[in-house]
Amino acid sequence: MDYSVLIGGAAGQGMDTCAILLEKTLKRCGFSVYASSDYMSRVRGGHNFFYIRFSDRKLYSFSPRVDLIFAMNKETVDIHRSKLKENGFILTQETIEDIVTKLGNPKVINTVGLGFILKYFGLPMDIAAEVIKEEFKEGIIEINLRALEEGYKQSKNRYSLTTFKDESILINGNQAVGVGAIAAGCRFYCGYPMTPSTGVLNYLAAHSNEFGIAVDQVEDEVAALNMALGAAYAGVRAMTGSSGGGFALMVEALSLAGMIEVPVVLINVQRPGPATGFPTRTEQADLRFMIHAGHGEFPRMVIALRDVEDAFYQTVRAFNIAEKYQIPVLLMSDQHLADSVVTVKPFDFTKVKVERYISGEEEVVDEEYKRYRFTEDGISPRILPGKIPGQVVLVDSDEHDEWGHITESDEIRTKMVDKRLKKYEYLKEDIQEPWFIGKDKPENLIICWGSTYGAVREAVDRLIEEGYSIGALIFGDIWPLPTKRLLDFGKMAKRIIDVEQNATGQLESLIREVALMKPTDRILKYDGRPFSGEEVYKRIREVL
Amino acid sequence: MKYEYKLYEPSWCPGCGNYMIRTALKMALEELEIEPHEVVLVSGIGQAAKMQHYIKVNGFNGLHGRAIPPAIGIRLANKNLKVIVESGDGGSYGEGGNHFIHAIRRNIDIAHFVHDNQIYGLTKGQASPTTAMGQKTTLQFDGVKVEPIKPLALALTMGAGFVARGFSGDIPHLVSLMKAAIEYKGYALVDILQPCVVWNRVNTFAWYKNRVYHLPEDYDYTNKEEAMKKALEFDDKIPIGILYKEEKESYEDRFDFIKNGPPLVDRQLNPMDAERLMEEFR
Repeated sequence: MDYSVLIGGAAGQGMDTCAILLEKTLKRCGFSVYASSDYMSRVRGGHNFFYIRFSDRKLYSFSPRVDLIFAMNKETVDIHRSKLKENGFILTQETIEDIVTKLGNPKVINTVGLGFILKYFGLPMDIAAEVIKEEFKEGIIEINLRALEEGYKQSKNRYSLTTFKDESILINGNQAVGVGAIAAGCRFYCGYPMTPSTGVLNYLAAHSNEFGIAVDQVEDEVAALNMALGAAYAGVRAMTGSSGGGFALMVEALSLAGMIEVPVVLINVQRPGPATGFPTRTEQADLRFMIHAGHGEFPRMVIALRDVEDAFYQTVRAFNIAEKYQIPVLLMSDQHLADSVVTVKPFDFTKVKVERYISGEEEVVDEEYKRYRFTEDGISPRILPGKIPGQVVLVDSDEHDEWGHITESDEIRTKMVDKRLKKYEYLKEDIQEPWFIGKDKPENLIICWGSTYGAVREAVDRLIEEGYSIGALIFGDIWPLPTKRLLDFGKMAKRIIDVEQNATGQLESLIREVALMKPTDRILKYDGRPFSGEEVYKRIREVL
Repeated sequence: MKYEYKLYEPSWCPGCGNYMIRTALKMALEELEIEPHEVVLVSGIGQAAKMQHYIKVNGFNGLHGRAIPPAIGIRLANKNLKVIVESGDGGSYGEGGNHFIHAIRRNIDIAHFVHDNQIYGLTKGQASPTTAMGQKTTLQFDGVKVEPIKPLALALTMGAGFVARGFSGDIPHLVSLMKAAIEYKGYALVDILQPCVVWNRVNTFAWYKNRVYHLPEDYDYTNKEEAMKKALEFDDKIPIGILYKEEKESYEDRFDFIKNGPPLVDRQLNPMDAERLMEEFR
């Protein structure tokens, strides 16, 4: 079984509530859920919609081919009618208007619709009732329970689905990053609200008191990274985040992080640019920007998040790597991953290790502590200010000597540049090869990165069922770029197809540059809407 | 004091007001019996912003105009550290103007010492945000065409709880201001007038010397209206001293978990503590 529901209407009509109720109910019925939202950059009006797909097998993508449309206004019918499967059904506002009027509160259209949808699929009402009791405030629970029941009565069974034991969590990409940061022991997060990155800031702000995390809404993104660097210098795990435009404002401080060798984690939840672009939509067009941002030459690591589980584990890893190498680690997400709500196994916290690499008094070998002591691997012992009596910690954005004091020496300059860049050699030991999915020794090799993983996964599974020799490499670590698997699989493949959500094939160009390998085909998308498994499947078929 | 404030050879011009400010800073810290490892000097870029290189303390010498944000991060991470921001008028009021305004809103517990010489020194003589209207500079050939910022009046308007002005040529007085600012629990601004002996031929040592006067003994620094008048007095007479002081809750103390617990930097990290978050997503 594999069904998809579309809920659409104007902003402010309460679709979000309807969507979350349905998603939670479906999750508790034991289904795999993949819900993707499409919303406009406005507070009221416009046209917003959700795709909510559910199945008894694991889902990797949403589906634009739907079984039921819940149209909260007429516009929804006009826009989405063509997406309806042959035997599909449109639940219009008119169908349930009388019930809503009878109940006397126009807002309950959500829960009436929910009841209707559940009955349509032959799902029980009691799970939804539980969800309503949890989600709504005291005063409005009763009326919503009645609305659910009335909607349920109005509908007819089209399907009789079996429910399963629910063992999953329902979470989106921004929340997964937030949970990862908390698990990693992040004690400082700051940011300026910017869609679609605000969810990370919200999540951490909501848990600030409980976990003792200082969360600051900064005056601008210039302040954000500078502030995070101050907190990290003082010794806590610190993070900041934004979307492309906000990240652009952090670039000078990113260079500072490289120069002063203070570990920090940053996330860019990408949206389409240039400039303001599409504030609420998705794209993967900041890859080159993330790799190159910042004046001067300094080491960094860039990790793309592939799905919500990856978002959790990689966020933790980012903190460990930042502190191990004393470098900035940049996470890349995007609106699609950030906002899509999916079911996954609960995260395994026993796998989370906090590795801090902070030195104590016995490791200070010089009479006066040298923050930038020359060492074999370029990493100097890091002590924290105020922790060792008599020793001070000096960091400097000017070129500096081993103590951190300003210098103009050509000799020290060369040694310091070498020291910083030397970290790359050791960082390579920590680099993870891309995930591989598909047939052994595939003739057709897909290359992709970040959140396109889901859509590619679904397409590859389907093509294998159809007998194609196909596989895919999904890059998470982007910089430094791991090349071993790429070269191994690249040699075997007859066709290498690059799949990316940008207009210029940014990973492809990086692969040509670093691995001297040229993909044969490109499937690019830059309309601001996410790839679905369906779309990737069709476009690969066009190429093969 | 167990450890000394070792001094290093500065690259400032002979006669620069920065020498006196460094002397005052060292005296203030010593008199308050703060050890060098207990204080962090945060700065941006400029001649004033090189202070950490010439006196042994913890130092964060960051980007131009960006001294305040790291200072906030440091204080939130470790409330046991004394944090002093030391930068010029360009970094504090120009490039970093937005941070200045928002630091006051937060009332973060830092002392902000602005070396105000009314000119850009390191970039060779251009107008700063405090250069007088009409003054000719190496860039404003026919005179400055914008009004100078009034930092103390701006700070008062924003609700700053500690607003003071000092003069590099009056070290004992400056030491007292610095000590009061460091001890103040919240954001404390000390605008320190200093001559730039190379680039500012108008606001010379003598120019300041002839104008500054101590606020009278009976001056009431809790009177905001009076403070505003004094903050705007910048012509033939320039008052120095604490113009305004008011007790306010500091930003750090508005976070209960910071106020009532050990510094964040000293807290243990246990990933298993976060496992209960999974319940939110069931």
